[in-house]
Amino acid sequence: MPDLLLELFSEEIPARMQGKAADDLKRLVTDGLVERGLTYAHAAAFATPRRLTLAIEGLSERSALRREERKGPRLDAPAKAREGFLRAIGASEAEAAALAAKPVSEIAIPGVRVVARPEKKSEVLFALIERPGREAAEIVAETVEAVIRAFPWPKSMRWGAGSLRWVRPLRSILCLLTTEAGAEVVPFGIDGIPAGNLARGHRFMAPDAFAVSSFEDYEAKLARAFVILDPKDRAERIWHEATQLAFAQGLEVIEDKGLLAEIAGLVEWPVVLMGRIAEPFLHLPPEVLSTSMKEHQKFLSVRDPGTGRVTGYVVVANRETADDGAAILAGNAKVLAARLSDAVFFWENDLRTPLDAMTGKLGAVTFHNRLGTQGARIARIAALAREIAPLVKADPDLAERAAKLAKADLASQMVYEFPELQGVMGKYYAEKAGEDGAVALAAEQHYSPLGPSDFVPSEPVPVAVALADKLDTLTGFWAIDEKPTGSKDPFALRRAALGVIRLLLENGIRLPLTRVLLDPVRRNRAAMVAAGAVPAEDVPDLSNDRVERECALVLAEDLLSFFADRLKVYLRDQGIRHDVIDAAYQLGGQDDLTLLVARVRALSDFLATREAANLLQGYRRAVNILEAEEKKDGVEYSLAPEPKLAETHEEGALFDALDEAEAAIGPALGRENFEAAMSALAGLRAPIDDFFETTVVNAPSAIIRRNRLCLLNRIRAVMNQVAIFSAVEG
Amino acid sequence: MKTESMSNARPRSFQEIILRLQSYWAARGCAILQPYDMEVGAGTFHPATTLRALGSRPWAAAYVQPSRRPTDGRYGENPNRLQHYYQYQVLIKPSPPDLQELYLGSLDAIGIDTALHDIRFVEDDWESPTLGAWGLGWEVWCDGMEVSQFTYFQQVGGHDCHPVSGELTYGLERLAMYVLGVDHVMEMPFNDPGAPIPLTYGDVFRQTEQEYSRWNFDVADTAMLLGHFEDAERECRRILDAPRADRAGREIVMAHPAYDQCIKASHLFNLLDARGVISVTERQAYIGRVRALAKACADAFVTTEAGGSTGAA
Repeated sequence: MPDLLLELFSEEIPARMQGKAADDLKRLVTDGLVERGLTYAHAAAFATPRRLTLAIEGLSERSALRREERKGPRLDAPAKAREGFLRAIGASEAEAAALAAKPVSEIAIPGVRVVARPEKKSEVLFALIERPGREAAEIVAETVEAVIRAFPWPKSMRWGAGSLRWVRPLRSILCLLTTEAGAEVVPFGIDGIPAGNLARGHRFMAPDAFAVSSFEDYEAKLARAFVILDPKDRAERIWHEATQLAFAQGLEVIEDKGLLAEIAGLVEWPVVLMGRIAEPFLHLPPEVLSTSMKEHQKFLSVRDPGTGRVTGYVVVANRETADDGAAILAGNAKVLAARLSDAVFFWENDLRTPLDAMTGKLGAVTFHNRLGTQGARIARIAALAREIAPLVKADPDLAERAAKLAKADLASQMVYEFPELQGVMGKYYAEKAGEDGAVALAAEQHYSPLGPSDFVPSEPVPVAVALADKLDTLTGFWAIDEKPTGSKDPFALRRAALGVIRLLLENGIRLPLTRVLLDPVRRNRAAMVAAGAVPAEDVPDLSNDRVERECALVLAEDLLSFFADRLKVYLRDQGIRHDVIDAAYQLGGQDDLTLLVARVRALSDFLATREAANLLQGYRRAVNILEAEEKKDGVEYSLAPEPKLAETHEEGALFDALDEAEAAIGPALGRENFEAAMSALAGLRAPIDDFFETTVVNAPSAIIRRNRLCLLNRIRAVMNQVAIFSAVEG
Repeated sequence: MKTESMSNARPRSFQEIILRLQSYWAARGCAILQPYDMEVGAGTFHPATTLRALGSRPWAAAYVQPSRRPTDGRYGENPNRLQHYYQYQVLIKPSPPDLQELYLGSLDAIGIDTALHDIRFVEDDWESPTLGAWGLGWEVWCDGMEVSQFTYFQQVGGHDCHPVSGELTYGLERLAMYVLGVDHVMEMPFNDPGAPIPLTYGDVFRQTEQEYSRWNFDVADTAMLLGHFEDAERECRRILDAPRADRAGREIVMAHPAYDQCIKASHLFNLLDARGVISVTERQAYIGRVRALAKACADAFVTTEAGGSTGAA
């Protein structure tokens, strides 16, 4: 069983692409080998800045002979159809026509026997194809070449005078099959690059080529040539040495897995050095220091665990030097000083600019060409935050002030330079300006939550602003009909809806969404008209309050069903079925998501019981009979049934049980005690079962039959007060 | 221990770094061209790069290009920001297989010891919206500082590059400040500090930085600049619309004169931008107009002999 070693050696591969490229190489090559009839025991892929490497163990020596039968057209089919078939099974363009004219027994194509067999009253052509097994080397060569030529780089390029595409110029290919007998180069080449058995070490520390004979030999020689092959090993080494260096000085490295992986993709031989931030920069907010160091210099940040302030950094160089990195560290410190001087300049300029002036600048910045400026958007959010405030127990004045200032930092120089600091800078600038703590907190937190596991604000003012921000975004894009479709959601509206859902549910907030959505829908429509995005005749008369209100209502309801869909996704992850949500949502008027979810959870628990399963059967039986008879008779049996027409004991008992259940359900729902309402329903199971066992609905007497159908309708009506049970699947 | 050869001793002045790059690339077979005699934003605009990257004819050139970015003016006060600065530009077509090694050799030539410093090739995809050009490559870091741009041109003026050119751009002031250990550009020795009349960068350029900063930001006549922009655009079109044959029947396509007008339009746009009279939405429209000119010039150039055209159009 040979092992395969493949190395694609190139000029520097972008760090962000290395991980996926290694995975792709492994997947595409192993898939290609398997498709061509080889098997393997194990495969592993690695990436460094200059190489992609794949090691496959236990490859089969050759592929097995394969027989295959292919059905063709009928013998009497037109010549064109027979020719096409012959080409498909291996005849050349030139000979296909001649072969098609011959009798079946004389059609000669290498490795293929063509026969005619009777099938459905006619003769049909069949090709019996025998594919001989092939040597592993041949299959590897073919597979690797195909993979290289169609590699899924996010961006690829040509170089020199060639036409091959790779992420950066491909310099050499190492491709070996190793057995106990020794290693052999797989003979192939691509665009003048022959496969060989040579590898190279570190660009500067060991640039010479060396021959390798197996993966173990390759990995060991690389390590001696100052290349750590496995990115995980490089990342571990960086992290280990960085934490050791920091620890020795009583400091700690701030964890950043993404940055660590990126750094590991920039070096083959990591050498970790630590520096201190110079005194004039230490007063900058730690987020500013970290972001500047990370974005511009790829430094890890080091913090003083006592004060929480960022005081140092870790530089990862790609080589050892005679001066133990002194010149490298000094050079990096100088570059950092220039960068942080810029940051101090931005910070001080921003602090001189009043927050209201920053917000004022946003009046000239377009948010969306059909929804007006950022300034207009902020005004809408502020108005909405004020309306929402009492519902989330926030002070309306503070909520409005917070919303007005929350996005001020978008006009700051610091956020222009580092967009990822939006919100964070807003908090600092609001604090420095002496704004209320809640206002500063809202600036920082109002973008949250940004996903299913992100932090959810819980302080009232930030919650009010966070809700207003997302609801305005949703209503705005709904008003201009830019809803998400399929995989396209350019304005992250699904994330905004999920944000609203999590803010409401996790804080237990009771918010009547339809009512809350109406005003922002109307404001956004007004903004749209103001922005001249729609011709006046396409817009209903805005001065006619009734017409405008109805239009807004339609949009708000559409948006509400979008929330219901997002809610299904959110609750699915918590194990709640979508049909259970439908059963509650279809009651109508379910625009209080917190209440809806309370009902859904109770219903979900109830449906898990044996009682409920049986009750559901009875419900379906009642509904099926009722609907079938209504269809047959062309009438609706919606009148109240008469208890005095009950003939059987069980029928009478059902009347009593329904009265009893209804008497309990109403008040329970009024108290929002859904568990109590569900258990009231549970009491119906036995009477319904008994009724069906003893009583024939389609009684000979028309009066009795009608009364019983109305009774079935009443079962449905009583149960549907709790949830629309017909929506429940299974 | 390896003794340093004289040529690898640390350079002492800005001009020595330029001279060493000139002789290094001359020794590697590049034609050492002179700067283009027009105002440009970067060395890439020189027709020796933009136009010569097009077509199939081999090319190897290196040159210094004075470059102007009006918005970067800081009245000579910022330690490393200037509205007028120098780029060193190398363009080789087809890109040789050892271009990275050649480049590293040039760092050695100007006194950067790669055994002591940390040189890195960090992803940086280059795109010039005004030239309709893009390429893939890196910014080259020396101890965390960007010292060069390294690009394999894929497209210029909307045309695929076949063969591909390798382009190197050195920001000379920044690179020299690093090599010479200077913190403020104006303090950098321009000629040898031991010369009878030693001159710093500031002696040469401090006053001009002040004068141009004022003119760029406050004084330039925007109505006139706008008029010039439109003139340049019109003239570029007019040149390209002229018949291929002149009045004596000679076939002469005027790709270069047309491209000069494109360069002019581009620089006038930069001046207007510095005067703050171009809004965010207008910006894209202006860039699109310059790009359209660059594409038209490229279309014309590839029909010429230098552009690799072999037969009559």
